[in-house]
Amino acid sequence: MDFTTIVFYLFAAITLGSGAVVVFSRNIVHSAFSLLFAFFGVAGLYVLLLADFLAVTQLLIYVGGILVLLIFGVMLTSSVIDVQIKTGTVQVLPALFIVGALAAALLTVFWSTEWKVLPDPPAVDTTAPQIGELLLTTYLLPFEIASVILLVALVGAAMIARREKQA
Amino acid sequence: MIELESYLLLSAITFVIGVIGVLTRRNAIIVFMSIELMLNSVNLTLVAFSAFLGDPTGQMLVFFVMTVAAAEAAVGLAIIIALFRNKQTLNIDEINILKW
Repeated sequence: MDFTTIVFYLFAAITLGSGAVVVFSRNIVHSAFSLLFAFFGVAGLYVLLLADFLAVTQLLIYVGGILVLLIFGVMLTSSVIDVQIKTGTVQVLPALFIVGALAAALLTVFWSTEWKVLPDPPAVDTTAPQIGELLLTTYLLPFEIASVILLVALVGAAMIARREKQA
Repeated sequence: MIELESYLLLSAITFVIGVIGVLTRRNAIIVFMSIELMLNSVNLTLVAFSAFLGDPTGQMLVFFVMTVAAAEAAVGLAIIIALFRNKQTLNIDEINILKW
């Protein structure tokens, strides 16, 4: 068992374990904080897959942005009325059927398909130059649309969340 | 080197955990977190394919998924806060004012 394998299983265990805590924990604050470790584990796997730029982006956007927003949401909504922030589960049996079918379908596709894999994946130093070049050539239009989407989301979120004027 | 199948298996399991969360939990914020988990597992699949094909296109897709996820987080949290201000609850079974 070489070093890469150990690191892979370590990050896989972090991701899966924290993902399970996110979903199954009774305490919403525990959920929010284990989501941090799930994002972190995925970032580690990106590093293992030689996607260095994406790993940093994952940490910046998910851990630094989305997670902070989520924790803000938890803090703003849970403490006011119902002090116990525990939440129940429902529909366990139907959900089990759906999830079992979904898992079976995904695993069948994954295992029955001949995935085309390069015999010797090229070792890249850094992916940032390739990504930058693609962003400004092939994917220029989606890039610009993404920036417009971010602007619209920013304005829309502020608009929705602001306190209504008392009429 | 880890094979592609390990990454696919891992992201499939993560995705299924996210689906369990969306289906069984009733707190809107936890449903939201489960969706983020599912987005992450799909991103992992894309990056794995990209690495094993030696083609950076998959990583571009992950970029755009992240952008949309950020926008979704901002708008979703705003909606959740507005809902909480109006209904004083986040239980999505009680948020049924659109039901006829």
